[in-house]
Formats: sequence, C-alpha cells, structure tokens
Amino acid sequence: MSGMNGAGAAVPADARERRVSTGGIELCVVELGETDRPTVVLVHGYPDSKEVWSEVAERLATRFHVVLYDVRGHGRSTAPQPLRGGFTLEKLTDDFLAVADAVSPDRPVHLVGHDWGSVQGWEFATVGRTEGRIASFTSMSGPSLDHFGHWIKKRMTRPTPRAAAQLLGQGAKSWYVYMLHTPVLPELAWRGPLGKRWPAMLQRIEKVPAGSYPTASLPSDAAHGAWLYRDNVRPRLRRPRPDAYAHVPVQLITPTGDAFLSERLYDGLEQWAPDLLRRTLPAKHWVPRTRPDQLAAWITEFVTDREEPATRAPEQKAPGKYADRFGGQLVLVTGAASGIGRATAFAFAEAGARVVAVDRDAEGAARTADMARLVGAAEAWAECVDVSDEQAMEKLAAKVATEYGIVDVLVNNAGIGLSGSFLDTTAEDWKKVLDVNLWGVIHGCRIFGKQMAERGQGGHIVNTASAAAYLPSRTLPAYSTSKAAVLMLSECLRAELASRSIGVSAICPGIVNTNITSTSRFAGVDEAEEKRRQERSSRLYGLRNFPPEKVADAILRAVVRNEAVVPVTPESKGALWMSRFAPRALRRIARLEPKL
Amino acid sequence: MAGDTRQRTARRLSARPDADLAGFREVQRLSYECAEAVAAQLRPGVTEREAARMQREWLRERGVRDWFHLPFAWFGDRTAFANFRIPLQFFPTNRKLEPGMPFILDMAPVYKGYSADIGYSGSLGLNPVQDRLMADLQAHRVLILEQVREGRSLREIYENVERLMTRQGYANRHRAYPFGVIAHKIDRVKERRWSPTAFGFGTQSLKGLASDVLHGHREGWSPLWSPYHFSDHPPQPGLWAVEPHLGFRGTGAKFEEILVVTDSRDPEESAFWLDDDLPHVRRWAEEKAA
Repeated sequence: MSGMNGAGAAVPADARERRVSTGGIELCVVELGETDRPTVVLVHGYPDSKEVWSEVAERLATRFHVVLYDVRGHGRSTAPQPLRGGFTLEKLTDDFLAVADAVSPDRPVHLVGHDWGSVQGWEFATVGRTEGRIASFTSMSGPSLDHFGHWIKKRMTRPTPRAAAQLLGQGAKSWYVYMLHTPVLPELAWRGPLGKRWPAMLQRIEKVPAGSYPTASLPSDAAHGAWLYRDNVRPRLRRPRPDAYAHVPVQLITPTGDAFLSERLYDGLEQWAPDLLRRTLPAKHWVPRTRPDQLAAWITEFVTDREEPATRAPEQKAPGKYADRFGGQLVLVTGAASGIGRATAFAFAEAGARVVAVDRDAEGAARTADMARLVGAAEAWAECVDVSDEQAMEKLAAKVATEYGIVDVLVNNAGIGLSGSFLDTTAEDWKKVLDVNLWGVIHGCRIFGKQMAERGQGGHIVNTASAAAYLPSRTLPAYSTSKAAVLMLSECLRAELASRSIGVSAICPGIVNTNITSTSRFAGVDEAEEKRRQERSSRLYGLRNFPPEKVADAILRAVVRNEAVVPVTPESKGALWMSRFAPRALRRIARLEPKL
Repeated sequence: MAGDTRQRTARRLSARPDADLAGFREVQRLSYECAEAVAAQLRPGVTEREAARMQREWLRERGVRDWFHLPFAWFGDRTAFANFRIPLQFFPTNRKLEPGMPFILDMAPVYKGYSADIGYSGSLGLNPVQDRLMADLQAHRVLILEQVREGRSLREIYENVERLMTRQGYANRHRAYPFGVIAHKIDRVKERRWSPTAFGFGTQSLKGLASDVLHGHREGWSPLWSPYHFSDHPPQPGLWAVEPHLGFRGTGAKFEEILVVTDSRDPEESAFWLDDDLPHVRRWAEEKAA
C-alpha cells in the first residue's frame, strides 16, 4: 500500500471485500481493521469512489473497524435501472442501513462523509429511521440539502445586502450544479474529454497528489452520479424538510479554500445540530486526498470521545478563539521560556494545540509546557535546545518527528538583543546575535520546513522579525540587520513554499514588554553601565507596557489568515508605513541617539 | 511566642505610637471571615453587585460603620482586570457567576477605629488555573517580607516581585490599580457619626492617606508602594496592606493582608505579617502537608 506521500489509491491488501444486496442492486463494501473495534463508515462524494478514502482509511484502520463502500452506480457497485429516480436520498439511506446492518449489526456506527457522502450523511443523521444506528457524524464539504434549502429561503425572504451577497456568492460557486441538470451533456463530457483530463485538473487546481486516484471507473462514476443532483437537489431545495434535526453528535470540518461551498453555509448550524463541534482546515475541496493526517487525527479524537464519554472532562475543552483551527495540531515554539514565545505557546495551548516549548532555559521551557497543559493544550512538552546549534536542532527535529509527529505550525521566535554603535560592536558580538537571530531561524525553517514539505499536507511557519527590520537606527545596527534578514528570508520562503500550501509569516512586534531588554548586550560600555542601561530600557519598555499576549494573538491571526508581514504595535505599523512612504524622514530619525 | 514582642513592637511603631496591632488583627480576621462567609453563599447567577452587597451587609451587621473602600467583587476574566481602561471599571457590575468561574472579593472595612484591607480569591467549583495561581502566590509573600527586612527600596521590591511574576509566566495585574500600587499604607481612622464615601472610598480614610502623601512628600517618602520614582525608598514604619495580584489569560488571583513595618534594627522585628492564620496561608500549609 502507498506510503506517506499519497502515491496510491488502491485499497490495502489486508482489506476484506464483500457484496451487500439492497433494493435490487449490489454494493461493494470493503472492511479494514479488527471488527471488535468501533466501526467507522466512510462515504465518498462526487465524482469519486470509495478509493478517495484510501489514505484516511489506512490511518484509521489501526484504531478502528473501518468500512468503505461504493455508493450505488459508482465504483464496483451496480447501478439502479432506470437511473432516473434511482438515486433519491431515501434509497441511499436504505443502502447505508443495509451496509451498517451487514458490518455492525449490534453497535451503532460512526459515520464520516465527504462531499455527496456528507450530503447523504446529513440525511442519515437527521431522519428518524436511522436513530440508534449512528453514533456520530463527521461532515466535510457537504451540507444537508434541507438546511441549504432553509438557508436560501431565509436569505430570499430577508434580502439584506449581506444576505444577498451570501446568496450570490454561493450561487456563483454552484455553477456546476446547474450544468449537471442539463440532460445528456454532462454524461457525454465525462465519458469523453473531461473524464480524460480530470485527474490532471485535480492535480493542478486542487493540488491533489498524483497517483492512481482517481480510479479508472471515473467516467461512469461521474456519469451515473449526475443523477444524485437531478434526483435530489430541486425537490429538496424547493421543499426542505422542516424537521431535519441531527439526532447524533456532529463534527463539521470546513476547508476554508473550498471552491464549491461557501463557509457561510454553516452559519447557524447549531440550530439543526445541537451537539456540534466545528473544525476548519486551510485546504481546498478534496481534503481526504490532501490532508489525510489531519482528518484521521480529528476523526480519531471525535470517535474516541464519543466511545468513551467517561474520559472526556468538560473543562478539557480548549476555550480559545481559534480552537476550531488549531485543535490537536502540533505547534513548536522556540524561545518559549519567556516573553512573546511563552505567550504564543499559551495562546496555541488555549486553542487546543499540542505544544512543544523549545528554549535553552530548560526550567522556563518546562514551566511553559506545564502551564500550557493547564490552559487547554492537548499535550505539551519542553525541550532544552539552543537554536543556534545546528546539530542540536537536527536532533530535536528527529525526536519531534518520531515522538510527537510532524509540526503543523512552527514559530521561530528565539532572539537576543544587541545595542550599541557599529564601531563599538565586536566581531564576537556580531557572531552571537546572528547565530541566534538569523541562524536560529534558518535552522528552524530548513529542518522543520523540510519535514513539512515532505509530508505534503500543508503547514505554517512564523518567524519573529522586528520593527527594527525596516527601521534604521544608529543604536541597533547588528540587531536590525539580523531581523531584516529574517524578514527577507520569510518573504522568499513564502514564495517558495506557497505551491506546497505552507504559509510563511513574518511578525514585526515593535516595543513589547518582555525580558529581552534585561538580557540585551550593550556594546561599547562597561558592565556597570550595561546593567544600568538594561534596567533603564526595561523600565521604559515597562512604561510602554505593550503585553506579549497581544503579539501572540497577532501570530495566531496571521496563521489563520496566512498574512505575510504583520506589524503589531502602533509604532511598528507607523514605521512600516513610513518606510514605504516617507523613507527620508525615517533616515533622519535614525540619526538621533536616544538617551538611555 | 512572638505575641509579647509584637505587642512591644506595636508600641514602638514610630509612625503611630498608639497603633494597636490587636485591633488591626481583629478587623483583618473579621474581614476574612466575611469573605469566607460570602464565598460560601455564592451560587451560579449571583452578580458582582449582589456579592458586593452581601459583603457590605455582613460587615454592617457586625458593627462596621466606615470603610477604607467599599467592598469590590470581580468575576470571571474581570479577576484579571481584562481590558480595564478607566478606574470606574473596578466597581461591581451585573456580571453573573458561572460554574468554574474564578472570583475575587476585596473589602476594606473600618471597625472600632481600625481599618484593614483584604483580598480573597476563589472559584465556584474547580478551577485548576486559579489553584495554580494561588499556589504560586506563596513565593511572593515570602519574597516581599524577605526584601523588606533587607531594607530594600519599595521600588526595587516592586520590580523584583514583577520579575518573579514574569518568570512564573504571569502578568502583573496590580499595575492596573490606581498608581499601579502593590501596597498602600493603612492606619487608624477616627470614628465619626457620619462617615460618607466618595467614589467607593471612605472620606475619613482618604483624608488620612492624603495627609500621609503630603507629609511624605515633604519628607521624601510615600504611603503608596508603586513602581515610580516616589517609591524609591525603604518602607515607612507602619502598616501596609500588600496586594500582589497575578493575572494569567483571563484568570486573576491575589491576596491582600497587612504587613507591619517597624524601625527596629532586629530584622525579625523590623517587618512581619500581622497575622499568619489567614485562609490563603492555611491553604498553603495544607497543600504542603498533603
């Protein structure tokens, strides 16, 4: 079977195949994993077959009894005769119940659906006759047609500008639905040129990894599947069921880059699904192919929580603002024993992430990890590493990869301060500041970025630059140089990694109340004077009193929105503005020597 | 054991020779009793205003007629003074208490002419974050006493406390108090038949504090323990209500109790906590025993 790179689509060799008859057709059902484990049923979408799940199924099979089946008319299941009227949601519900009864007659199953599989899943989770047969439902990229009908009705009856914009937005994204309602033409296209070009289009536009997916049955799957739309969309949107309430817990995974479904579709979904857990994923439509690790992790967590409700303490829920986005993700923060790094670790912890706190101050890092667990981190570890030490970083990366997994978000934050005129700064001083501020970031990006790219499932790198990166001054030549390099490195890396869905952000905090001032080196002065200046600058930074927590919030926001350069404090924003529009004024100011 | 020496010490308090530690201890205990009684009555849905009124009534019933300041109550993220911009935000609001929420009760009654100022932190049900904050406050109580005995300046101690907070991973939230004080002097208050309050503060006590500020200004000391230049001197002998306040991501915790400072040369007697039998001190002892 395929490895991590997602080259293959075939169902694993140890899979057990069987055929289930229902309503005059035969469904091809495949089972993986041990049958005494909780059963997870994966339902595929359009135009797909069960092989769309192969990567996810393989990952889930170690923990669960995984069941995949080809929807009628798709893959190796037979098609109803005639096709018209053979694909109604009622008949698809019959199919699901037949499969569930065959694979798990005594226990309810956990349902997972993608695209049309999710549309079906919503039907299964909201009709009365499936009650007691479903334990949970994970939905991705497929709304309930009934909810969608109500969503449209609500916006049609009160077309405020916002409602109208949402209607038009989703209306434009649904172009293919109108096309599929034309007779014969879709079938001709799929069995002709579109069917041939589709795999290449998926790779180019949707970034689906190359391999044997989609399978050879694609043209007939797509041609038959057109009846899913024709049999259901118009009747359901015209007369949505008024009682489409989910009777099971629902996990909603929303890809933010989905070209076919607007995120707004799920506004107010709590009304229909009272027990709802939201997740968002920065990815395009075909998440089972592009993000199998993340999906498997979220499905595992959700199913396990429902199977063992006793182990689930209510206060364990992460309360943070971006819990839907970072829940369960692995976040590594360097310089995490104090200041911005520590606040960032806590902010990610609050969003339910798994946090690795790295610092050369072992005690401080341990404290950060300890407190991170307290505020909601699923797990947290401390690692004592000097970021400027390449070998130590290599070792750290190897350890993290084997013990905790591939890092989803990397925050290269460790940095030291160095003040003093250029002529007073020794080569030793230069080396020290560049080693940590620049080489630390390079090592981090190179080693962890490589792991991220090799996994091929996206990620994000945040580098802490500084307002000093674009703010010349006569007092911070070395520090500013190191940070300017970090800023440019981030910009270049962003360009390079964009094609691999890895975002890169540079954060330019400005004057923030952290202990960087009290550990800064002041070149060209004796020890007593250095200590005095450290105290004095700490006091001034204290008076400015901009909390590192706000920088941490900016970092999380930058990751969520994939922002390139993020100035944080007002002075940092002002300086960025001036560096663009009034650079001469900035150069003038750079000549002033601040009194410390 | 230390009772006798401390009685004598009390007489030696140079700022107010008539200050009677027993009187201060009595009102401080009464206040903590009030805090514990009110905390035990808090239920989901009780508002800050109601909690403040409960403290006021409890103390009035027991003979309190005047205040250094009227009781405060903060619930939820207001315990960490989240987004406090103006002093009016300290006053109790209609925020309702919910299960698991942290709360702080803060009151400063005047009883038989003695004033106290206390702060009591707790939570409705379990709150592991606040538990941790409370446990970590112990180091601050030790540090403050140690450094006062070493004769360090208020400003320096303030900065050292802040440094310890930062190392622990917390934000200094007493910075949000007026003048950013970690402590202020308190004193005896003349009992009058009419004791009005202004902006929540008793006018008699304010008068006393104002006169201290004036005297101090002339003599180069301050009754306010702040991070600013005017606190760059060792503490003036007398009674200081010390209130280190930790904040951590929407959860706050503090204690507030009286530190006695004398002009004795003996370090043991130069400064000591007025009372070691207080809820938070007992709690640390229990934790240590467990």
